[in-house]
Amino acid sequence: MDVETTTIVGSQEGRSTWSLQLRELWRYRELLYFLIWRDIKVRYQQTILGVAWTVIQPLAIALSLTLFLGRAVHVPPESLPYPIFAYASMLIWQLFAQALINSSNSLLDNERLITKVYFPRLLVPLSAALCTLLDFAIGAVILIPYLIHYRIAPGASMLLLPLPVFLAVLLASGVGLWLGSLNVRYRDVRYTIAFIVQFWFLASPIAYPVTVVPEKWRALYALNPMVGVAEGFRWTLRGSGAAPVRLIAVSTVAALLAFVSGLYYFRRMEETFADFI
Amino acid sequence: MPTSSEAGGQFAIRCEGIAKRYRIGRRERYRTLRDSIAEMAVSPIRRMRFGRNSGAGSAEKNPEIWALKGVSLEVRPGEILGVIGRNGSGKSTLLKILSRITRPTRGRAELRGRVGSLLEVGAGFHPELTGRANIYLNGAVLGMSRHEIERKFDEIVDFAECGPMLDTPIKRYSSGMYVRLAFAVAAHMETEILLVDEVLAVGDAAFQKKCLGKIGDTAHQGRTVIFVSHNLLAVDSLCTRAICLHDGELVLEGDPGAVTSQYLKEWLPTFKEVIYDDIRTAPGNDIVRLRGARVRTHDHSSNDWLTVRTPLAIEIEYWKLAEQTSLDLVAQIFNEHGIIVFTTAELRKISAPAGLLRSAFSIPADFLNSGSYKVQLLIFQGGIGNSDVADWDNLLTFEIHDVASDLRGDYHGHWPGAVRPHLEWNTELIDSLPAGALDIQTNEMPL
Repeated sequence: MDVETTTIVGSQEGRSTWSLQLRELWRYRELLYFLIWRDIKVRYQQTILGVAWTVIQPLAIALSLTLFLGRAVHVPPESLPYPIFAYASMLIWQLFAQALINSSNSLLDNERLITKVYFPRLLVPLSAALCTLLDFAIGAVILIPYLIHYRIAPGASMLLLPLPVFLAVLLASGVGLWLGSLNVRYRDVRYTIAFIVQFWFLASPIAYPVTVVPEKWRALYALNPMVGVAEGFRWTLRGSGAAPVRLIAVSTVAALLAFVSGLYYFRRMEETFADFI
Repeated sequence: MPTSSEAGGQFAIRCEGIAKRYRIGRRERYRTLRDSIAEMAVSPIRRMRFGRNSGAGSAEKNPEIWALKGVSLEVRPGEILGVIGRNGSGKSTLLKILSRITRPTRGRAELRGRVGSLLEVGAGFHPELTGRANIYLNGAVLGMSRHEIERKFDEIVDFAECGPMLDTPIKRYSSGMYVRLAFAVAAHMETEILLVDEVLAVGDAAFQKKCLGKIGDTAHQGRTVIFVSHNLLAVDSLCTRAICLHDGELVLEGDPGAVTSQYLKEWLPTFKEVIYDDIRTAPGNDIVRLRGARVRTHDHSSNDWLTVRTPLAIEIEYWKLAEQTSLDLVAQIFNEHGIIVFTTAELRKISAPAGLLRSAFSIPADFLNSGSYKVQLLIFQGGIGNSDVADWDNLLTFEIHDVASDLRGDYHGHWPGAVRPHLEWNTELIDSLPAGALDIQTNEMPL
């Protein structure tokens, strides 16, 4: 028993403004695992379609994009053929959008937990964002027949696939931390989330390639981190042509900024959650 | 200022001037961003228009309450501190602050050792998950490691008595089983400090006793417990020390027995007695006017503590102003749920001459259950059923307190019922068990 754990309540002494109390977070790492496990278990237990549902969504949208936009959108020849382009894009987009929505609503969904037990509140939005990775993994299996059909051999670039995936979750959690904290205080944030996601979808190269934007504006465009994420993800699948290093670099910095600022904002607000929720 | 050198190392929990303010307006559930923006836009205009006076106006618009007004206390290791007080006295807020769920507005507290808090049974339980899954989940939420939960798993299941239902989703559990499971997990936390809020108000009698025992146990192992409860009996029998909060302030501190009885005497608001000195302003009319009313013990002994074991008397004094009339008095006793426990009437047609009258009736001991009561008095002229000449709705309110008695045995929990009569029970052996009576049954069971 570690008797020498001392908890100080209500005083800021010994805690600098910049401390994120990561040590405590580490102590509660098992809870993160249990929260993810709970969310996954509950979700797959309750839905009839279960696993199928996670595939149907991106697939249906990708197919309709192919059907209606396939001929209108010009995809550069070194990129993926439009059907697989659309599915891959939708896959990474769904990961981001779902993680963003889940983490933004997670605090309200776990109201009872927050008003009745203490634990690092950060675990709630983080677990909500992370559990969408399973859906992504299941959806990614569908990529295999696509790759075979279009005779795309996975290259060494495939090894970099976790990078855009990680970036998507990082960005989603960062935005989720902001929106989640605001959501506790202002209930109409819940309704803006749907709008934000929809707008973001159109502002990101999901249905269309990044080449739609003139070359000189692309670095600026990449300040929307989903530009780097989507381009990066498709590039790791394609394995040919130059890596969009510049876009990814800009997007990574932007995503990190969103995450770190979200982290600090959340930390500042979390002690009042129980009073407002 | 306490000398810190003296206190150093001698406490498990120390609170220094803990205060908590809630802004009532801000606690509204559906505050919207639009409201905030609108407020931001309006307030500069308002400031301009009302100048310096706007300060007072805005304070009224944004009322705030201090749930705690600077509470300082120290709990030594191994102590079981009972916290009592009325609803809204700040008990739960104190516990929420100590368990870090919410931040104090002012003051600080230091807790030495791992803290486990049990503010609600089954926080973190998910109805769709099985009992087994929920043990792990709840354990993790309460800060237990997976290893710790695994080690205690069988003990938890035994304690909760839910073995056969372990792999059933807990939405199918009875409420009793749900509570048992929830408490079982929390009771097996190995923390140096345990904060418990009112959880014993649930569950069946046998389990309540078990929980009380478990908390007692916890303290015997040198753990420090803060136990918030309405149940004065439990505080009395369980705690080594007690405090009483009233309106966010610590008003009593000391031996549990002394604190609970003092609390009953001084801090529970009752209108056991009303007196109207001036006949001209007293409630009533040209026929009757109220002089006063009181609840007292039957033998006039002490006037402060009415328990389930006390014979009571209710007295009404009134001026009869009309000479040629007869009055009937009807009293109704309501409990805190608004249910009429009984109605009683003085039917002997009071036809005394005008003057000051006193009517009284008595309520025997072992009749009313513990709780709050209110007395309504109706006076009729010329027989019940005619129009009433007086209807005094909240004439008196009083509280009947629980005391240990042979009636309830070792059980300390809630004793349901509108009344609590002391009824004679009789149990006798009708027949002895025939030898082999059970064997025959098992043989006849189909395979």
